Amino acid sequence: MVGHKFCEKITDKSDNFRIFVFGEEPRRAYDRVHLSEYFNGKTAEDLSLSHENWYNEKNITLYLGDPVKEIDRDNKTIHSNKGLTLSYDYLVLATGSSAFVPDIPGVDKEGVFVYRTIEDLELIKNYALNAKTGAVLGGGLLGLEAAKALIDLNLEETNVIEFAPRLMPRQIDSTGSLMLQTKLNALGLAIHTNKGTSSIEGTDRIESLKFNDGSELKTDILVISAGIRPRDELAKLCGIEVGTRGGILVNEFMQTSDPSVFAIGECALFNHNIYGLIAPGYEMAEVVAANLCDGNKTFNGFDMSTKLKLIGVDVASFGDPFTSEPDSRSILFEDTHKGIYKRINISNDGKYLLGGILIGEAEAYNMLLQTVNNKIALPPNPEDLILGSRGGNSQTENSGLAGLPDDALICSCEGVSKGQICDSVSLEGCESVDAIKKCTKAGTGCGGCIPMVKDLMLHTMKENGKYVRNVVCEHFQLSRQELYDLIKIHNLKNYEQVLDNVGKGDGCEICKPLVSSLLASIWNDMILKRGNDTAQDSNDRFLANIQKGGTYSVVPRIPGGEIKPDKLVIIGEVAEKYGLYTKITGGQRIDMFGAHLSDLPLIWEELIAAGFESGHAYGKALRTVKSCVGSTWCRFGLHDSVSYAIRIEERYRGLRAPHKLKSAVSGCIRECAEAQSKDFGIIATEKGWNLYVCGNGGSKPQHALLLASDVDSDTCIKYIDRFLMFYIRTADPLTRTAPWLNKMEGGIEYLRNVVVNDSLGMADQWEIEMQNIVDSYQCEWKTAIEDPEIRKRFNHFVNAPTEKDPSIKFDEMRGQKKAANWTTV
Amino acid sequence: MVEITTNWFEACRVEDAVQNGGVCVKCGEEQIALFYFTRRNEWYATQNLCPHRRQMALSRGMIGSVGEDPKIACPFHKKTFSLSTGECLSGDECAIQTYPVKVEDGLVYIGLQN
Repeated sequence: MVGHKFCEKITDKSDNFRIFVFGEEPRRAYDRVHLSEYFNGKTAEDLSLSHENWYNEKNITLYLGDPVKEIDRDNKTIHSNKGLTLSYDYLVLATGSSAFVPDIPGVDKEGVFVYRTIEDLELIKNYALNAKTGAVLGGGLLGLEAAKALIDLNLEETNVIEFAPRLMPRQIDSTGSLMLQTKLNALGLAIHTNKGTSSIEGTDRIESLKFNDGSELKTDILVISAGIRPRDELAKLCGIEVGTRGGILVNEFMQTSDPSVFAIGECALFNHNIYGLIAPGYEMAEVVAANLCDGNKTFNGFDMSTKLKLIGVDVASFGDPFTSEPDSRSILFEDTHKGIYKRINISNDGKYLLGGILIGEAEAYNMLLQTVNNKIALPPNPEDLILGSRGGNSQTENSGLAGLPDDALICSCEGVSKGQICDSVSLEGCESVDAIKKCTKAGTGCGGCIPMVKDLMLHTMKENGKYVRNVVCEHFQLSRQELYDLIKIHNLKNYEQVLDNVGKGDGCEICKPLVSSLLASIWNDMILKRGNDTAQDSNDRFLANIQKGGTYSVVPRIPGGEIKPDKLVIIGEVAEKYGLYTKITGGQRIDMFGAHLSDLPLIWEELIAAGFESGHAYGKALRTVKSCVGSTWCRFGLHDSVSYAIRIEERYRGLRAPHKLKSAVSGCIRECAEAQSKDFGIIATEKGWNLYVCGNGGSKPQHALLLASDVDSDTCIKYIDRFLMFYIRTADPLTRTAPWLNKMEGGIEYLRNVVVNDSLGMADQWEIEMQNIVDSYQCEWKTAIEDPEIRKRFNHFVNAPTEKDPSIKFDEMRGQKKAANWTTV
Repeated sequence: MVEITTNWFEACRVEDAVQNGGVCVKCGEEQIALFYFTRRNEWYATQNLCPHRRQMALSRGMIGSVGEDPKIACPFHKKTFSLSTGECLSGDECAIQTYPVKVEDGLVYIGLQN
């Protein structure tokens, strides 16, 4: 990777060099950082850092599978394994590292692997086919990556064995490690720390591991990831100086003891350090490239701060994560409920941030790292940095950004500073993250800095006096709320009319679905009516959810989750007939996956004939009203929650909104229907119903808040009518009810005033509007299959209507089909 | 001089195409996405395969414009491509193949190079 980066950098800077690259591996440089993705469907080509012709285009000669065997420094020539001899003016060693394999008896047994190259991964993948349990030796960064790979290979049990008393001993402390272990355990990973491995047992192949404490662990496969060893043998052979514990000695120009030979990346030893991360490697490449092109750059060590997602858990470590009293003071936050641990170390005078650790939630990482690197003075309550400000208005995020010096490094992958990003906005006129990416390359590496880039952009635009309006896109200089009113006032009925009257240009994938949703909310016309059909979002366009591979899934409505046995039989028969994968959804319905586009009308014909209707699973619309069984059967139930859920689902079915809507009804306070996690949820009380609003699951779960208590069934529905119309009218695009409420000034009290006390005087109008929508409901699928013009659109080929897409492929799993992985052609 | 001959493949009738949207044309073993930009009275054709996740899907995407340039957004992840040049407009480097289109006597033809 570092060698490749060097080629990129030097060819960008100059055409004066003739470059030859020798590689030991059979393929072009690839992304080792994301190696484990090879196991969840990425191919070697996906991981490649360049396309096939890149070297040609850059006039670089590439020799693959041909390592250099010898360097003749006196004659400035190299000899390759295949017998090539070439002379050089400058030689750059980017030989990287190999896996360190500790000297444990039995390490040569079958089933023991290292984790380093794509070839290693292929060997592991093949061997794992016959393995049930697996173990990884080494609980560092790479070891946990390897463990993720084993999980992805569907091993029944995966163990991680670490010699040190904690995981990731170089990055996190023992409390952090315990938190991480709890999280990883929950994901099915067994962690054993403080375990020295004494031998690998088994006749020919590995069967178990024996430890110093006398214990034993059965395992079918072992992946060793116990550290790296710099590949310095070539340098050593030709008399270039290497460190006593390995690594090619370099100065600040990355020069070795021979001034015309350089070393970069994991093979280089600078100031007693091997830098095993990608960002410093890229920096070394930059230093050599710049200096060969008459620049003057030096390598001054590198910050080893890192943030990564390990098997879905955020882990970050920055600055000096371990410093403690008496050298500094620490602020710790530990939440075993949510699995979050945060530690920041501050100077004794409380002025500066020195470093820290974040586990479970690492959103603050970028800002904290900047605070360390730029020696920014801490606020009076430094705990706000990890807890967020409690009380009062918080401006920390933005004032923090504004306080950064211009040379603060924002994108460490590409080495882009705050000043460069701000300049691209002020001087080059970049006003989108994409434009900044193109202009500065910031955010094109790991992407972790993109939120900061966006904030910097908005901040700079504001500073330049540019009014940042919350407009839809380039075609509508209006907010969603303004558009809603204009469509109503001008009586606009389809997308083209809206664009002609209040927009400009030809529309795009942002405004089309948004306007379509507004039209549906306001007029409730069939969404595939001519003129609106192609303005619908991907799923609405075909009234089904597009899935991996290009097939669709089908969800009939099952109101309240109640279904008669004969209808269950129909679903089973339809799924069997059309070869569909079936799964129960989280919303008490049945989802059928893998339908060809052209089968959709046929499937729906049969479902509708049997009394089913569209479930609108494809729309930003009301999805499902979940219910518990309620007082009809349950000995605790206070009211008939199922009947009420059916009434509500049938009232609001198909209602289009800024985002999807979910609801639930529970028959008592035991809350089996989980109503408090829904956009609107209802719980039975002794005296009536309690109505909760604005909850959601998803990536940021939020509990719903009590809007009204002990109301009767009709009043409750009236309140829901008003609540929903208020939401539909005023929410930003793709904003669910929870964030909508979070942004509302006055919060739930204000909302209650509007809905219950009718403080805006809109209640009557909203109830009438809602009743109109309810009265004009139609099953979209029924309309679709009865209209030959709409039906025609469900063929894959316009010129071969009876043929299905031949590129669709399925695999099998547990006796059902599944979509073939991405990128198979 | 190299002579490039264009072979015009008959794709469909004008009324079979979707207004302001796309259809997929089977052209031997290949799949070509054909777009009828009714609003601008323009026709475009590109490969149907979205290079991002290699899905046969572009014909089912939404068309639109960025500035004056007509574009298509893939229905899967909304990667956008210029309909005139095939260039990816979402920051990635993969471009898509484009084909010339002509309409004669109510029939739509896609130009394939031999």
